[in-house]
Amino acid sequence: MAKIAMYWGAGCGGCDVSLLGIHEALLDLLDVLEIVFWPCATDFKYEDLEKMKDKSIDVAFYNGAIRTEENEHIAKLLRKKAKLLVAYGSCASKGCVIGLANLSTKEDIFDAAYLHNESTKNPDGIVPQEKAGDLELPAILPYLKTLDQVVEVDAVIPGCPPPTPVLVEALNALLEGKTTFGKEVALCDECPRKDTKPDKIEITKFYRWHEKEDNGDCFLAQNMICMGPATRAGCGGECIAANIPCTGCMGTVSRVKDQGASMMSAIASLMEEEMDEEKERELIASIHDMVGTFYKYSAARLLPKGRLKDES
Amino acid sequence: MSFEPKIVAFLCNWCAYAGADMAGTSRIKYPANVVPIRVMCSGRVDPEFVLDAFEKGADGVFIGGCHPGDCHYVSGNYRTRKRVIMMKKLLQEMGINPVRLRLEWVSATEGKKFATVIEEFVNEIKELGPSPEGE
Repeated sequence: MAKIAMYWGAGCGGCDVSLLGIHEALLDLLDVLEIVFWPCATDFKYEDLEKMKDKSIDVAFYNGAIRTEENEHIAKLLRKKAKLLVAYGSCASKGCVIGLANLSTKEDIFDAAYLHNESTKNPDGIVPQEKAGDLELPAILPYLKTLDQVVEVDAVIPGCPPPTPVLVEALNALLEGKTTFGKEVALCDECPRKDTKPDKIEITKFYRWHEKEDNGDCFLAQNMICMGPATRAGCGGECIAANIPCTGCMGTVSRVKDQGASMMSAIASLMEEEMDEEKERELIASIHDMVGTFYKYSAARLLPKGRLKDES
Repeated sequence: MSFEPKIVAFLCNWCAYAGADMAGTSRIKYPANVVPIRVMCSGRVDPEFVLDAFEKGADGVFIGGCHPGDCHYVSGNYRTRKRVIMMKKLLQEMGINPVRLRLEWVSATEGKKFATVIEEFVNEIKELGPSPEGE
């Protein structure tokens, strides 16, 4: 029996659900697995984990990013207790959507969440405290971190959350001790709309999803930004099958370091070749939110120390 | 001691690098802050290289390519121009002054121009100070 652990860090909980979402495949896995720690699904306390012998867990999965001292503590603890530590899902591996918080400071986030927004009435200005009497809450870190920015990571299961086929392949590989798995091609390779991609795409205007009626063809050919070319295959293009362009949750193939840079490079190549510079500027200015578009899942990697302050 | 910026310059083999060579053979002086990296085409400069240079402590990144219409590979420099416009927008959002990335067209005969734009760029970066990412 292989001993496994699963922890839920800063994330939405979708990763925990995704593990249950493999349905019948879970039954086969449970025959060979022993769950020794999974706070979301079973009753374990942190002390139980602390008492375990070092390297006594075969595979530990960490989902969610690292935003609190508690997250950081458990990440370090799991690293110590597990033979293999796996970044499970996009938050743990790249910071995911919540990594976009690194565009703001912790103070700005508290201000928006508890003090100044249209749906909040907080005349006394009460914000969560780390200490109140005997009670203590784990401190929020200044910026969000990915798992590998805190401890060494042995393997990554991509996706937000990891799609079932990716997960089943990864789990089986990990149980055999393999730390590399998954496809090493771009999503376009398995895109349900692959056949509608023309030989040459020439973007002359960028449309946001709501600005144009989808005609069922390749989204890039329809001048809508789809992250497919810079995203790793494996999910089967579920979003595209549901008429939503890819936003890149699967991350990149292993040869590419920076997903956003890779996509910007691709977009530049897909724009009409010889337009004048003024038109190029206009067109690129119409792309709203570069970080949110190209680094939706990897902003924590782009800005590990938050938004920089350069005098201009 | 005055601040001496580190500048990474990606120069295309056919024009800008030859232009830099021309500056050298013509004995034109320009600041020694520049580390030239020869690439076959300015279109080879992946935005990842630029971000990587900043991450590793560059205070400025210079990209030199052939004049529009003169690209050895027909259209590489048009792609570069689009990428640089995009990168500048991204740098702005990241909180890096977009002036730190500069694209210039330098032909193989423009040794003088190469020296002039490099000097201009180095002075601009000196005024800006060290890159916040390098700290």
